Amino acid sequence: MKAALSFLTPRSTVALMACGVALLVAPFVVDRYTLSIILLSLLGAYLGQAWNILMGYCGLLSLGHALYLGIGAYASAVLFVNYGIGPWASVFVAAALGVAAAAVIGWLGFRFRIEGVYFSLLTIAFAEIARIGFDNWSFVGGAAGFFLPVNAALADQWWNLRGGPFFFYYLALAMAVAALAITAVLRASKLGYAFLAIREDPQAACALGVDINRTRFLALFISAAMTAVGGVYIAFWTNNLFPAQVLDTSKSIDMILAPIVGGLGTLMGPFIGAFLLVPLGSALTDGLRALGLNAPGIKALVYGLMLMAIIGATPNGLWPWLARKLGLEAREP
Amino acid sequence: MSLSLYVEVLIQGVLSGLVYGLMALGLSVIFGVVRVVNFAHGEFAVLAMYCAFVLFGLAGVDPIIASLPLAVAFFVLGYAMQRGMVQPFVTRPQHEQFILLVGVALVVTNGLLLVFGPESKHVDLPYSFDSYTLGGVLIDKVRVYGAAAALVATAALFAFFRLTPTGTAIRAAADNLTGAAVVGLDVKRLYAITFGLGLACVGAAGAIMMALTDMTPMLAPSLTLLAFTIVIVGGLGSMTGALAGGLLIGVAEAVASLVVSPAIKSMVSFALLVLVLALRPQGLFGKAES
Amino acid sequence: MSALLEIVDVVKRFRGLTAIDSVSLSVEDGEIFAIIGPNGAGKTTLFNLIAGVFAPDEGEIKYAGARIDGREPEKICAAGIARTFQIVKPFPDLTVRDNVAIGAMLRAPDMAQARGEADEILRKLDLFDKRAQKAGALTLPDRKRLEVARALATKPRIILLDEVMAGLRPTETDRMVGVLRDINRHDRLTIVMIEHVMRAVMALADRVHVLHHGASIAEGAPQQVTKDPHVIESYLGMKAAH
Repeated sequence: MKAALSFLTPRSTVALMACGVALLVAPFVVDRYTLSIILLSLLGAYLGQAWNILMGYCGLLSLGHALYLGIGAYASAVLFVNYGIGPWASVFVAAALGVAAAAVIGWLGFRFRIEGVYFSLLTIAFAEIARIGFDNWSFVGGAAGFFLPVNAALADQWWNLRGGPFFFYYLALAMAVAALAITAVLRASKLGYAFLAIREDPQAACALGVDINRTRFLALFISAAMTAVGGVYIAFWTNNLFPAQVLDTSKSIDMILAPIVGGLGTLMGPFIGAFLLVPLGSALTDGLRALGLNAPGIKALVYGLMLMAIIGATPNGLWPWLARKLGLEAREP
Repeated sequence: MSLSLYVEVLIQGVLSGLVYGLMALGLSVIFGVVRVVNFAHGEFAVLAMYCAFVLFGLAGVDPIIASLPLAVAFFVLGYAMQRGMVQPFVTRPQHEQFILLVGVALVVTNGLLLVFGPESKHVDLPYSFDSYTLGGVLIDKVRVYGAAAALVATAALFAFFRLTPTGTAIRAAADNLTGAAVVGLDVKRLYAITFGLGLACVGAAGAIMMALTDMTPMLAPSLTLLAFTIVIVGGLGSMTGALAGGLLIGVAEAVASLVVSPAIKSMVSFALLVLVLALRPQGLFGKAES
Repeated sequence: MSALLEIVDVVKRFRGLTAIDSVSLSVEDGEIFAIIGPNGAGKTTLFNLIAGVFAPDEGEIKYAGARIDGREPEKICAAGIARTFQIVKPFPDLTVRDNVAIGAMLRAPDMAQARGEADEILRKLDLFDKRAQKAGALTLPDRKRLEVARALATKPRIILLDEVMAGLRPTETDRMVGVLRDINRHDRLTIVMIEHVMRAVMALADRVHVLHHGASIAEGAPQQVTKDPHVIESYLGMKAAH
């Protein structure tokens, strides 16, 4: 644990504490709408951090991460509605199923140690297979969707993840903090360094005794499990699941914007990215709506342009630059 | 189900497959030479479809005929894109290339969404409902014309690469980059030409597809995936493979559509993709990595 | 007593080209063994075979009496054979220290320990002052030293050095020779080196093995091998030998 926190300087510790306190008291200070923006940002940061472990640290580009989100969401939803199994239990099933799917993808993608493009395509293909499959599977509601019951009698059952905005806000905050902690611990561990070695040069890593396959599988499993847990949150927070939303390629792309814009392979990157993109996107759509303009796709269009700009000008993301400017760089251990 | 129905479906599959093959050929050419993975491939196909749609609306131009001028226009677009935007990424880490093109894909898809809206569009041609009859089997005229146009485009591309000096130079650069540079080939220009040709294929294929099917901007990701599936099944970097893959997928989807249900026909392509990656990742015509 | 590393009648072909043509050699525990030969002789291919990058088509490779041909590179490294690459492969975005720490973490219980060991090795190889620099920013001689440091960090019994002296100035070569001789004597590290820089070969090698067109053409003490007419012929042509 001490090793995990060794990157903190006095300055960055203060900054982190300040942010933490701000986020803790936010529900009592800001209005409902702003709170929901912060919540979405926290969720985006959580999912982004999960993906960051696989791509930013281990160098594997998954463009179908919505698969794990969907699996987690549907698994926990179905177990709750059809079998009465609460989410605190089914979250383990969700994570396990996510890992199982990841195992198949990893087995196919890593076998011949082939180029990264094959892995990326596999991830897209599996997500699409799942989406079409779920679209046509009546057991999970098909394209018409799957719904969780929401009524006053069930309110505030925290063990069934039923609650008001405060409850879901703090849950999202807890998840985001957990993601940060997991990443910090990983980063300081031998496994984390193994990720980096593979990202930088798999052949050289191999020659130093790093077990490429085992390490890649672990990165994939951790990322998939975390994302599946995120899916459980989504299921119980939105209470309705549609394959076209939760398993779509656009959702997969959505999840990767924050870590890329914020900074791949950095601890704070996904947070910075999420807290920039989510409010920006909302401001954009709301601003246009206020002007009476209906512009479907404008948010994604702007995101696409930002992606191109970032990868062109600062491929390492905004956080490294921001950290330098604010004097918050990590301390070398 | 009668035999003639199966034959019809098979023929339809082959005809569609030729058009898919043309689209995939563009991807294969780009990856085989410039070694850039064009994640925005389907998006450009859809862009071409919309261009054909607009041309039809404004001037009544048959989309299949429009495939020629659109191929030229997309060549220019591809050339400019490679020269202006993609070239610096050729030497950068692969994931940065992907992400750039994912960004491009987002911009194109959502740009189209903004301009044209999400409703599906299609084109009604005077012969849209006509068909040829061949020994009791009905074949849509549109499909025949479309396939013919695709064949012509494909043949032209093959001829270019086999018979012209530039085409040979490009194949040389694909085979041995350092060698090509050493003998004085302008590799950047060759890359740009190749990218242009790749997009020209997409432009032509997209225009043809407008005559055959409905489209919305949301079709793009599945087209990208389809193109990649064809190229991987056929063999990355092999032009013949792209064609063979197109035919195989075209037929497989058509048969699946008939035998099971239209909804799951893309699952057939994915299943093939997974199968190929599991058993023979270099595809049907690709070279095995040593 | 069997040798630490034994290569027995190994053959490797690449689509019609025979890169290694029935080569046999053995390396004793604790010796410094040099492999020389003109470019294209198959030296790096031999290293790749030993290190497990690919398997031989025929023949055996034995380490400490057990066969290792065809095993995976990471297992071979864990067993005690480390290697450097002819075209150096640093982890460019990581610091010099982290580069070496990744080598050390094979046998260290945690990263703190690994970094400590890395620091020691960096001091030995005169890279300690540059430990916080990104490996991608180093000069070539420094990268070569980093490559050696990183391989040494895995605490091998044998290290395969692929042209680590190439591109170094004479003073740097002498320094590297000194470090290697030191490690060989004090830590009993067996060194197998591919070298073109004869200054280093003469200074270090106990025995020299010469390859030409994938086949062995001579083996013996450095003084003797460099005077062998076949060896001279392979490097300089017929006339030079006579």
